[in-house]
Amino acid sequence: MPARVEVPVDKYRGAVRQVTLGAGPDAGGTRKRVVVVGGETGLPFLGFEGSVPNPPVVGIEITAQPPEGWSEPLHEAWGDSVMADPAAWAAKAEQAGADLIFLSVQDTGQHQLSATEFAARVKAVLQATGLPLIVVGPGSAERDNELLVAVADAAKGERLALGRCEDKNYRTIVAAAMANGHLVVASSPIDVNLAKQLNILIRDMNLPLERVLMDPTTGALGYGLEYTYSVMERLRLAALQGDEMTQQPMICTIGQEAWRQKESRVGEGMPPEWGDWRRRAVLWEAVTATSLIHSGADIVILRHPQSVALVKQNVAELAAAYARRV
Amino acid sequence: MALSGLAIYKLLPKTNCKECGFPTCLAFAMKLAAKQAELSQCPYVSEEAKAALEESAAPPIRLVKIGEGDRALEVGNETVMFRHEKRFYHEPGLFVRVGDDEAPAAIEAKAREVANYKVERVGLNLRLSGIAIECRSGDAGRFAAAVEAARKGAGEVPMLLIGPSAAVLRAGVERATPRPLLVAATKDNWQEMVALAKEKGAPLTIRGDGDLSALAELAQQVKDAGIEDIVLDPGGRSLPDKLSQFTALRRLALRNNFRTLGYPIISFPGEGRDLENEAIAAAQDIAKYAGIIVLDHFDPAVAYILLTLRLNLYTDPQKPIQVSPGLYEIGAVKPESPLLVTTNFSLTYFSVAGEVEGSGIPAWLLIADAEGLSVLTAWAAGKFDAEVIAKAVKKFDVESKVSQRKIVLPGFVASLSGDLEDELPGWEVRVGPREAIDIPAYLKQWK
Repeated sequence: MPARVEVPVDKYRGAVRQVTLGAGPDAGGTRKRVVVVGGETGLPFLGFEGSVPNPPVVGIEITAQPPEGWSEPLHEAWGDSVMADPAAWAAKAEQAGADLIFLSVQDTGQHQLSATEFAARVKAVLQATGLPLIVVGPGSAERDNELLVAVADAAKGERLALGRCEDKNYRTIVAAAMANGHLVVASSPIDVNLAKQLNILIRDMNLPLERVLMDPTTGALGYGLEYTYSVMERLRLAALQGDEMTQQPMICTIGQEAWRQKESRVGEGMPPEWGDWRRRAVLWEAVTATSLIHSGADIVILRHPQSVALVKQNVAELAAAYARRV
Repeated sequence: MALSGLAIYKLLPKTNCKECGFPTCLAFAMKLAAKQAELSQCPYVSEEAKAALEESAAPPIRLVKIGEGDRALEVGNETVMFRHEKRFYHEPGLFVRVGDDEAPAAIEAKAREVANYKVERVGLNLRLSGIAIECRSGDAGRFAAAVEAARKGAGEVPMLLIGPSAAVLRAGVERATPRPLLVAATKDNWQEMVALAKEKGAPLTIRGDGDLSALAELAQQVKDAGIEDIVLDPGGRSLPDKLSQFTALRRLALRNNFRTLGYPIISFPGEGRDLENEAIAAAQDIAKYAGIIVLDHFDPAVAYILLTLRLNLYTDPQKPIQVSPGLYEIGAVKPESPLLVTTNFSLTYFSVAGEVEGSGIPAWLLIADAEGLSVLTAWAAGKFDAEVIAKAVKKFDVESKVSQRKIVLPGFVASLSGDLEDELPGWEVRVGPREAIDIPAYLKQWK
């Protein structure tokens, strides 16, 4: 009888920071549910070492104005009338199993929302759902600042997450979050050192790191997934090894990336070996999400209710046996 | 683990006879450690040293070959836990399982579909590896007919033969393609399975029940009985159990150099899951250490997704798939056709070239040397700036081939416009769409 096989177990010094999204009435907000992410003391779902106190959560992306350029299966899933009404959409997303709502705004339409209009829509969403909310601007420094400052003020105390903070454009958003009890999403372009640097800059403005989520920039399956995957593994290993500036929970905006690829957007005239369009599109999103959960994602933002269900089921299976063991 | 140069030196004669072609034994040892010399170059090496060196040179996870010929599959010989540490080398084989409870005609048709499935991505043809045939009837004759039908449909692709006993598998081996993987030896039937595998020169799967100590004992027995090409099924079926067991096996092999379990791993992500959930379970297997993945469903959309994921994760992180920089003609270009510039990351190139092609509007595509990075990554790393683009314009003699003087930048690097106009006097710099998919619309309004 050979000796007992001892599995090499890694014990890490560090852990991922716990971050709470949303504030209930006891904490100055109106959320019916708050979501805690992070806290891992080992690699994702490795049952024989570390723990995953807060399994990854799924957010559903909705838009402040009817989205432009979204793929047909998404319109089929939500319905155009719902997609024209962010409050109705948020309620439907909650029913579809979202743990939180991710509200984005595009500036490409005929009408650019004013700060007041945008803040009013955020308020309407907050009334329609009890879930925590992440609010992301259109992506240009000037407009982000204009819109997010108004939102931060209008939703004071709700503990929203505001994004995206980038190295050239973080001060105003961080200040607005700090003044109104919100969090920020710190976004860097698929690079460990840039991610760390941005966290340092934000901390230096005295926003506690318990109020920072890290967005490493998502590459979809077939479109740079491997870069995101490896940068996230490196960030997570650094976090566990005790590097304090990499210990933020990670958020991946999967839907935005997966659904803009040809595989998801185009149904007609594709090679037959690409298979059924709707199945392909949903799984393109779901597999991007579950792969990045294995590399350390704490929050995945999705667009299609069916991939939400698949990813939640996957996380539940990974987490259930985990709970049994620890 | 491989021995260091100094450790090897201690095993050499230390006579500095130079007959190996190197000036000293130490120099020879260093070359051996760097795998730039062969031990056989030393005429005086002792048997003991030879054994020690061969042992240390063997990969910690054995490379196992299934099948023969062009489509043979080699798995194992991985060297890292995380792809950023070096790279993942041998892509896991994807097999589709059929059962001998299905009609032979159905088996044949499915096998043909699986074997012929091929999808092109970034200039590569991606394929599934082969067919797994399972004996569910318990009947050797029926199993043999199923294997025959599968071979008739699939041709000479690698095969997995799955069955409860050596007697049943033997009937299949006779009709299977060469070197099929036998699945599986257990603590109860391993002797007869080993006998069959030895007789047929076939690799053998051993199956445990989740206990890695018991699996190691079985592996040792099978190896002592003369089987070298082993594949492991540690027994876990839930996703977290597989994640833990596969990770533990890879760590034991790489970190502890535990040769007894240094073999590739087989996974069965289906087994009761529906198509979508099976796809997600298989994606975990691709990322987390499976060498052979046996699917219970065949669907082209899922195959395309899994093959794409495999390609992504098994790409060398140090060496993105690249195309050669240059001035490419897409369609029947004329000197006055539009000129677009992008990077030499293969995915970028194929996405852009594909859209230009699809637009029906011929265009010049200038591929700058951005060290194989995509537009945004290259830009962030300073590998795709105005200087790099201007250099490409000169190097590939764009001004003599293209008569118009407008160059279109990818939308993501609009900020380079000003610098590029400074670098390229006489050119108008235009900003194109951010996404390749929007190129046709852009080209239609290009003047």
